[in-house]
Amino acid sequence: MPKSPARRAGRPGARRYTRRDLVLLGVLLGIPILLDLALIWGPTLASVGLSFTTWDGVGDIRWAGLKNYDELFTSYPQFWPAVRHNLLWLAFLGLLAAPFGLLLAVLIDRGVRFSRFYQSTLYMPVVLSLAVVGFIAQLLLSRDQGALNAVLGGKNPTDWLGDPGINIWMVLLAACWRHTGYVMILYLAGLKSVDPSLKEAAAIDGASERQAFFRVVLPTLRPVNVIVGVITVIESLRAFDIVYAINKGRNGLELLSVLVTDNIIGEAGRIGFGSAIAVILLLVSLGFIVTYLVQELRGEQQR
Amino acid sequence: MTAPAALSTRPARRRGRFGVHLFLTAVSLAFLAPLLLAVYASLRPYEETAAHGYFSLPRHLSFDYYKQAFVDSGMSKYFLNSLVIAVPGVLLTLFLASFVAFAVSRLRIRGGIVLLMVFTAGNLLPQQVIVTPLYVLFNKIPLPYWMSDSLSMYDSLWAVTAVQVAFQLGFCVFVLANFMRTLPREILEAAIVDGAGVWAQYWRVTLPLCRPALAALGTLQFTWMYNDFLWGLVFLSEGDKLPVTSALNNLRGQFFTDYNLLAAGSVLVALPTILVFLLLQRHFIAGLTLGASKG
Repeated sequence: MPKSPARRAGRPGARRYTRRDLVLLGVLLGIPILLDLALIWGPTLASVGLSFTTWDGVGDIRWAGLKNYDELFTSYPQFWPAVRHNLLWLAFLGLLAAPFGLLLAVLIDRGVRFSRFYQSTLYMPVVLSLAVVGFIAQLLLSRDQGALNAVLGGKNPTDWLGDPGINIWMVLLAACWRHTGYVMILYLAGLKSVDPSLKEAAAIDGASERQAFFRVVLPTLRPVNVIVGVITVIESLRAFDIVYAINKGRNGLELLSVLVTDNIIGEAGRIGFGSAIAVILLLVSLGFIVTYLVQELRGEQQR
Repeated sequence: MTAPAALSTRPARRRGRFGVHLFLTAVSLAFLAPLLLAVYASLRPYEETAAHGYFSLPRHLSFDYYKQAFVDSGMSKYFLNSLVIAVPGVLLTLFLASFVAFAVSRLRIRGGIVLLMVFTAGNLLPQQVIVTPLYVLFNKIPLPYWMSDSLSMYDSLWAVTAVQVAFQLGFCVFVLANFMRTLPREILEAAIVDGAGVWAQYWRVTLPLCRPALAALGTLQFTWMYNDFLWGLVFLSEGDKLPVTSALNNLRGQFFTDYNLLAAGSVLVALPTILVFLLLQRHFIAGLTLGASKG
């Protein structure tokens, strides 16, 4: 309550707008809002609705209750492997690529020579599309002509991308190749904004370099940590392009995103069922998105 | 007492430095290796690598595969498709997003925070969540023949551009709103005193100050829209309209894949983004970190 007068005083918006201003605001705010509602949030809600139906995209939309979900959990053989692969993706990016990116950022931030070169090189894979990454992975790893088998030699070449026991690990390596550089750049920017006097103070207090990093620098990187966490989760839920470019996400490379795509653009036309898989993805990601936004909002209010 | 101590630490530190360089060089090489190998393979005929392996010395180097990929398999056409999607897409996204960001952060309109959250959250959704209903929706929206020869939004470049714009708005609004908040308020207030309307406050006063942020976002968005794979795959059915990333699949034969040709195609597709990155590196990185290292 006592906040409001101060707020009003600092608020030019309280001034009346001319009619022209209002029209302008209406149109230029209206178009993006409409776009966002019509193409993002509307379809999101529609996905939830469709997931309770057995629609095939052509005939009548028939209510099915929880049938799709029941089938998904109990009798759709690709579902649990896909969940496992998505979790593996998250663990790999979160526990391997992200810390590795942080390590590289810390090393480069110490001001070594050629740091620009290292930085550019390590970042290069990020600008490639995941599809291109998938194709390059085939050059390196295909059974008969791949470069890796050419190096290893041997009579029984390993089918790195075809063997369902191995291929997911190879794909994860390729995904890490791209994610590490991304994380590194974010941490580099964060490290540049850390107040150097903090580190000096820690050094004077007798902290070793390692202690100073973990006790002083890393806590101040909290906003970056949050961003990296969000990006990592979102990337692992969205993962699609690499596996689709390699073998359309079959034979050991199943992912939830692939199952959704398969069910709607495949011949099956199982739109209701595909939507149920999408809703699972939605629920998981919304959990993280809301946590993140609440955090952002809190920062906003403290400003 | 101090002299020996100094002597003993200095070589240690130098050794540490050397170790860091060794490590960073090794990692850099490992990161570059796949790309370099793709370039090398793309310059050599398939028969040669098949007979002697990828790591043999070259006997015959040529750009034949590039010609084959670009001209014979019509990648030039797909490049054009990508540009037709990405260039208007980026411009439109930046324009709409900058106005929303302006309204939210400078005019402080009511519900601004909610608006900001709705847009930001929309950008974080997994794309597959919205794919199905959009597919149905686009099939139901008719377009005149001069806009789309499929007579519907589905299977037209309009669909892909529209989704790109809607989806990327969230990120741009988020970044630009944060950026605009850092601009001094006095400039805007002076303009208001001078009688500037909302449009003048936005277009003449605020936008010119946002040039660095717009350049950064433009670079980033171009790369993202160009690199997109899913939208083209789902909303286009005719091979002719595919963007270049999705069209790469066409280089794969049904029974036999010439990996050297695939390498040439991959390099061709990657080339624009790598060039943009090398030329506009500063903007590129600024775009990512503007969104991340606020506060």
